[in-house]
Order: sequence, then structure tokens, then C-alpha cells
Amino acid sequence: MTIELIKSGLLTSIQDAGRRGYASLGLGRAGAMDEPSRRLANALVGNAHDQAVMEITLAGPTLCFREAAVIAITGGIIEARANGQALPPWTTCFLPAGTILRMGGMRHGCRSYLSVRGGFGVAPVLGSRSTDLHARIGPCGGRALRAGDAIATGHAAACSWFPGGNEMKALGWGLDPQPWLDYAQAPLALLRGHHFDALDDASRQMLFSGRFVISRHSNRTGTRLEGTTLQLRHPLELISEASVPGTLQLPPSGQPILLLAEAPVTGGYPRIGQLAAVDLPRLAQRRPGDAVCFTETSMDEAMDRLRRRDDALERLLRRIGQRLESA
Amino acid sequence: MSLTNVHIETLAEDAWLLRFGNDIDVAINARVHGAAAQIGAALSDIECVPSYASLLLRFDPRHWTDTQGRFAGHHLRDAIDSALRGAAVSETPMKEVVIPVWYGAGEDLGDVAAHAGLSAVEVIARHTAVTYRVAMIGFAPGFPYLLGLDPTLAMPRRPTPRTSVPAGSVAIGGQQTGVYPQALPGGWQLIGRTPVQLFDVSAEPPSLLKPGDRVRFRAIDEAQFDRIATQAGTAA
Repeated sequence: MTIELIKSGLLTSIQDAGRRGYASLGLGRAGAMDEPSRRLANALVGNAHDQAVMEITLAGPTLCFREAAVIAITGGIIEARANGQALPPWTTCFLPAGTILRMGGMRHGCRSYLSVRGGFGVAPVLGSRSTDLHARIGPCGGRALRAGDAIATGHAAACSWFPGGNEMKALGWGLDPQPWLDYAQAPLALLRGHHFDALDDASRQMLFSGRFVISRHSNRTGTRLEGTTLQLRHPLELISEASVPGTLQLPPSGQPILLLAEAPVTGGYPRIGQLAAVDLPRLAQRRPGDAVCFTETSMDEAMDRLRRRDDALERLLRRIGQRLESA
Repeated sequence: MSLTNVHIETLAEDAWLLRFGNDIDVAINARVHGAAAQIGAALSDIECVPSYASLLLRFDPRHWTDTQGRFAGHHLRDAIDSALRGAAVSETPMKEVVIPVWYGAGEDLGDVAAHAGLSAVEVIARHTAVTYRVAMIGFAPGFPYLLGLDPTLAMPRRPTPRTSVPAGSVAIGGQQTGVYPQALPGGWQLIGRTPVQLFDVSAEPPSLLKPGDRVRFRAIDEAQFDRIATQAGTAA
């Protein structure tokens, strides 16, 4: 089966859990920006966890399903209509053959994840179906999807959840996005970075008490923060070092950049902070113009929250599997 | 080697940085590659990413836990220390890659020569006389930062970076020399072009070079460039 893109949406790409093992050759992992949402989208359609999904940014695409399909949309809450009928979010849905799925604006969050039963059948590049838009590596030559693209889907094993038919149907239960989608936009937990002490007194204060705003120049390589300018006591001359997603670096402009999935694997700016990994998906769901405040955390606390989040995610994934089996 | 004189920076939940120094220096960089080889051989599920003076380790924190399932950093530290105390791992194959360069295609070759007070021919002679070492790969997939540039050829980056440097451009930026694997924005001084492909996703490994490799440049002319480019499928 193939899914045709009638409209691309603002920025739509194929993403899986990321491309591992090539950082020493200059290529980062890429992958879904909100990984728990990607995994839950796969679970809702009975896919293995490593299947690729469609990452949709702020304004959704219009898709044509030539054949019947089982899909789910998690992550940001996006308006989605199948032949005019509204799709419930975070819920397993059946789309009959010939469905036109129109996705509109996002009511909450910044990125939605559309999974299809059977997964996307695009060929892996260097072991992954993730699109690195910055390095231009991945499915479709490493570019965002555009109108006219036809994306193959994998083989969808038969399931008894839906009797078929000519209408969109949704299972009578869905997931509560509440614990996963950060509606309140609470402060994000930040560890002190290696060069935190090189900030001047006022900037050390401002990092944890100031209010930053996400710049519209943000993308999958990094979130650029405006509104509060930070300064070093004196300039640092640093040599390039390997870096990882979640690093908050300070270029000479004084406007910090938080590195994300497609950040270059090396960099030479001072590293003033590191976002707790558990809060990376929450940052990924903020949009340009949204506020960001940081609260200081310790590595022990960050590790502990990550472990509890992962345990909760595993429990939920198992429950979804059990409910689908008994459906 | 051991962790005794190595500074460990906890970068993230799944990442540590081992720092061997703070300078761009051949001996420090050699320690980085040596450590990467030892840790890579002993702890295969840790991803090693070398740079000039430090080595990034990315690991799965769930593999290094105490009996309560909590991350136990001392287990990881001990494992790294014992990997470093083990016998040096010979970095075989000690690959030396020869990269053919058509220096006539370098837009800034004249500027570099003027800056160095040399003729273009002398610049080429000095650039091809050295065996370089790939200190690290970064900035873009397959982009090698090479150590060993003749100091007389060092030249600051251009005041305004180019929005697009052609693929295969051989360039000088400060004390460093490198090769642009694909068309990219960049501020380095362009002294030539290679028809060789440095990063190819259909190859395994995809990068012509890896950190620690030795590199030499060999001067070719336009006709040789075209012939190699046609064979390699990199002809524009």
C-alpha cells in the first residue's frame, strides 16, 4: 500500500528511534523529537517499537489512503478529519480505502506522530528510517516530505479490531495525553553545564530565574532562545568537542541554543547547561513564541525522573498491547 | 593508560566526556585515539566519539545499575579504567589514505600564497609534503579535521563565510586543514578540490576517513580530476 501526500503540511518527515553509531563519522542520530509519543503511536496500531512514524510539525499534511489502513496520531493535538469526520486524538482508528485525511492546525503542542499499522516501508539508510534534514540523509534523500510523494507502508498483519466497511471508525478507548503532553508548560529541568561558572553573576541568576522565548528560527537542530541575554565573564577560546542533544550552548550573541536531534556532532561554544533527558520531549512540544523557564536539577534527580518515566512508558505500552489483543 | 590523569565530565544521563587536555596538540589527540581504541575493543556497546582533546562516551545507563536498578556510575568508571589499563590496542589497520587534489580549482589559493609570502607552487608543495592525522570528524558527515598543517600555510577564516562551498573543496581554516564532503556553507580558505567522495551512504563504512586515520594529499591536474570524477560519479 502507499500513502500519497496531497499537501505536505509545514514540515513533515519520516522518523524512527534514530540512527546510532555514526557520530564518530560526523553523523548524528536524528529521530523523533518526542520519542515517547512515537513509541505510543506505534503501540496503538500494534507495531513493533522500532517502526518509523510520520513527524508532523504545527500544520498537518493532507494524505490519501488508497487502501484501508489502521492509524493513530499521538503527540501534539492536531485537527484531523477523515472524509470530513473528526478523528479522536491518541486513539486507534480505521480508515477505509480511498480516505482523504486532512490535518489542520495543532491545538496543543508542536509535533504530532502518525503511525500506520505495518509501519512505513521506506528503505533504511545506514540502519535507520530517520530523516536527518540538516545532513540530508535518510528516506526521500533526507528531505522533508512534499506534495506528490507516495510513501509505501509495510505489510499490515490482519487484526480483528475493526470489521472493515466504508466509514472511519475509532476504538472506544484512547490514551490520555495529559501525562505525556505538557499542557501547563512547566519549567524544564536543567543541569549546570561545564562552563556554567564562566557566566557572569547576573547571567548565572538569569539562567534559572529568567524567562526565555522560543525563536522562530528554531528547528530540529536546535531551539534558539530569545528574551533573556546571557554573558560570560570574559570570552572563552574553546576547541571543538563532541556534543549531544540537550546541551544548552552560548554563542557570542548571548542568545542560548539548546541542541536537538539533528545538532552537529561537534561544536565549540561554551556549554552552560544540559536539559534533563526526561524533559527533551516536553521541549520538543513547545512552539516558536512559547516561553521556556529552567529550574536547576541534579544528575541523580534527572536520572531518577528518567527511570520513572521509562517505567511508566513500558507499563503503558504493555497495557496497550494487552487491550489490543483482547479487543 | 588509566583514568588517573583524565578529567571525567558528566555530560548527560547517557554521556560522559573524558578530557585529556585543552589544546589542539598531536600528542593529546593521539591519547584520545588510543583510548577510543581500547574502550571500543573492551566495551563494544559504548559509542566512542573522539575529538581533538576529549573522547565522548555514549552508553545506555540501564546497563550500569546497582541491585536496586539505579544507575551506578562507579561500575562504568571501573570498566573504563580497566579498559584503559589493558594492553594498548593497535589501531589497525593503520590506514593511510591518499586524496588527489586539483589545486588549480582552489579559489583562495592565491590569497593563501600571498598571506604566506609564498608562490602557489610552494603552497602546493608544502600542503602535499605532510602526512596528516584525522583528529576528528564533525561539522558535517565525513568532514575531517586534519592535524599537521605546515604553520606557514595557516590563515584565518574568511571574514564573511561563503553560503555554499563546493563538494570536495580542500580548505585551510586557521591552523587546520580539511575537506568539505558536500556542498556546505563555510568560511575556510579554499585551496583545491578533490574528485573523491568522502561520504557515501551506500558504502559501509560510509565515510572515506575515520578518526585517527593518516592522510596525504597528491596534486593532480584538471584532466586527471575529470577522469577520477567520472569514474567516481562525482562529476558535476
